[in-house]
Amino acid sequence: MSRWLRVTPVVLLALVVAALVWRLAHPEDTTIRSRLAGKPVPEFALPPALPGKPGLASADLAKGQPRLLNVFASWCVPCIAEAPVLAELKRRGAAIDAIAIRDRPEDVAAFLAAHGDPFGRIGSDDNSRVQLALGSAGVPESFVVDGEGVIRYQHIGPIEPADAPVILAQLERAR
Amino acid sequence: MIAEAGLAALWLAAALSLLQLLLTVGHLRALFDSERFDAARAIRGVAIVQGALTLTAFAMLVIVFVRTDLSVALVAANSHNAKPLIYKIAGAWGNHEGSMLLWVTVLGFAGAVLAMASRRLGQRTLIAALGAQGGLALGFYAFLLLASNPFARLDPAPLEGRGLNPLLQDPGLAFHPPTLYLGYVGLSVAFSLAVGALITGEVDRALGRAMRPWVLGAWVLLTLGITAGSYWAYYELGWGGWWFWDPVENASLMPWLAATALLHSVTVLASRGALRAWTMMLAMIAFSMSMVGTFLVRSGILTSVHSFAVDPSRGTFLLALLGLYVGAAFALFALRTARLKEGPPFELVSRESALVANNLLLTVILGIVFFGTLYPLFVEAATGDKLSVGPPYFNTVAGPIALILAALVAVGPLLSWRREARPLFKQLTVPALFAATALAVSLFATPQIGWLPRLGLVVAAWLAPASLLPLLRRNPWRTPIATWGMAIAHFGVAVAIAGMAVDSAFTREKLAAVRPGETLGVGPWLVRLQGVTPAVGPNWTAIEAELRASRGDGVLVLKPQTRFFTDPPTETNEAAIDTMLRGQLYTVLGKPDGEGRWQLRLWWKPFVTLIWLGGALIALGGLLALAGRAWRGWRKERFA
Repeated sequence: MSRWLRVTPVVLLALVVAALVWRLAHPEDTTIRSRLAGKPVPEFALPPALPGKPGLASADLAKGQPRLLNVFASWCVPCIAEAPVLAELKRRGAAIDAIAIRDRPEDVAAFLAAHGDPFGRIGSDDNSRVQLALGSAGVPESFVVDGEGVIRYQHIGPIEPADAPVILAQLERAR
Repeated sequence: MIAEAGLAALWLAAALSLLQLLLTVGHLRALFDSERFDAARAIRGVAIVQGALTLTAFAMLVIVFVRTDLSVALVAANSHNAKPLIYKIAGAWGNHEGSMLLWVTVLGFAGAVLAMASRRLGQRTLIAALGAQGGLALGFYAFLLLASNPFARLDPAPLEGRGLNPLLQDPGLAFHPPTLYLGYVGLSVAFSLAVGALITGEVDRALGRAMRPWVLGAWVLLTLGITAGSYWAYYELGWGGWWFWDPVENASLMPWLAATALLHSVTVLASRGALRAWTMMLAMIAFSMSMVGTFLVRSGILTSVHSFAVDPSRGTFLLALLGLYVGAAFALFALRTARLKEGPPFELVSRESALVANNLLLTVILGIVFFGTLYPLFVEAATGDKLSVGPPYFNTVAGPIALILAALVAVGPLLSWRREARPLFKQLTVPALFAATALAVSLFATPQIGWLPRLGLVVAAWLAPASLLPLLRRNPWRTPIATWGMAIAHFGVAVAIAGMAVDSAFTREKLAAVRPGETLGVGPWLVRLQGVTPAVGPNWTAIEAELRASRGDGVLVLKPQTRFFTDPPTETNEAAIDTMLRGQLYTVLGKPDGEGRWQLRLWWKPFVTLIWLGGALIALGGLLALAGRAWRGWRKERFA
């Protein structure tokens, strides 16, 4: 066996280890860049999701203050996990509105009674049309919308406690 | 106290592994006075005690999990009082620290067995191998004790644990990881033996014979682990697929490919004394792939459906161990192989050549899988572009090579060692007829299927009868058990390929939203949604659909569920699968649409179970070969 052949494994190993070291030093960026970031919220006007609470229209999201728009449903289990974090965000001053997806008024009322109600307005999106227009593929998802009604940030999946500072920072930046 | 006892056992084992390494260095450099101190005996004793200590530590971890001792951080994070007992036990290795402890336990235990069992090997090589095993273990003890202590306490203890990921609460989990780990780490002995033999220069048939049972045993366990893991993903994830080319799946496939090649080349070394340097290289690669697999899984650096907790510092530690051990082994190989003697020569048409072809093809497939798994990483490191490599690459690149390999499997066992003088065509007439029939029938009856599944059907029809030819015209009672094992394993390859080909060619899928009372058709089946009702289990609630399936003769009832676990809050799909001889009907209940309709996902998968049946046959063949060789060795010793 020639000398070159004998040292090939060592050289290949060095290359692979170098690539792996590079990856460890530059962890993969898994944030999903929303295509809607920087674009205005699509036009919509949704009826109230339950009696006693106003519905939601795109105009409500362009009133000068940044708001968090939460897309949820009473039948969605991860939304339950997210509820305490939303309550905490509200306590820290975030203004939160919501869209309930394919839901019934009595179910939404029961959900809010059980898991807390941090929402200012809740629109009811019966057929997911607004959800799709927002580019949201599932529940829960959340959008940071600035005072002009422009989407600044999209969070896919439940907001975990570790995500709360990111959301607050995004709300601050949208100010 | 139990956790502390486990931790103390681990520290002691670590100290002993260091002692084992130092004693070996002293022994090989002849630093000890052999009249007054029998270092070889001491090293064996240390290896055995070390193995016993790791087993003790692991038993302690299982005990704190069974008792749900929430003052142990690991238990609090991964277990829950309300969990069924079997998942409390399985929870001990269903997490990073516990699984690494299991890894190290197997490593220590394998070292102890090596110290006790290998009498056929030269003393110096055995001692050098035990020293290498001690060195390997030392690094992984350090990793456990410094970066992943499974016995760390929580003060104050929480009132309740956080539970185990519900996807893992399945009988499959109780056996899949330990089986794979036994296989992964069983290869460490082949690695240590190769390192030991390169140090002493004694790469010979005795080494091959000592290495073979370890490789065979590890390979059987890897085969079982991969087969079970594939079935687990198939029914638990509810995606209807049995292999996704996910990085973590590839991490288990790569050691298997290397071990399969090694299994065949070590046979050449043991029987003929040939392929010396190559077998040593493969032994090193096989365990290196185990370490690469462990690193990929445990560092979480590749995007995978298997989301494990990501911790860069642990990744760095494991990568350092990997670089150190594999680098040292490869360097040793580069320095020492020039001194190895060539084995006896063989001609182009001979069993040795067939096994070399087997090794080359398996190594190419290994290279394809390895490159495909890490390619996104290389590209991003070099150009900054992000991409992913999926099934189209793996199937179209590795698939044909695997089929060429399977076609050659029919021929190899018929050849003689050194040179083959007889013509082979006559023996292979029947397999050729089978293959031609399969091709003709598939072209005539199902012209629309893809070329790869069609080729798979043809190769399976060729290999299935050919794999049994080595048993032909022999007295079945006098045929060595190992030969039976080989024939059964090769037949299993044909069975698995047939299952894969039929599944990819003839699976029918249907996804629709239906109201109770409505009927869907999939393949030959009519499936009616009878109703949706709630159901309750020990630590979950669920909604359950009742489906009635019929294809004209009687009715099958299937009950797929969507389960909700509260600790931690998670939703899982429990597919309902009906297995019959002709195939599987696979049903998944999806989301309601809020207007009384439910998503249903149905698959009709003809003969899909052949995939796992083939895997089980391959493992059974390996087991028979192992048992046959052990039986022969025992009889030889007894009557010698």
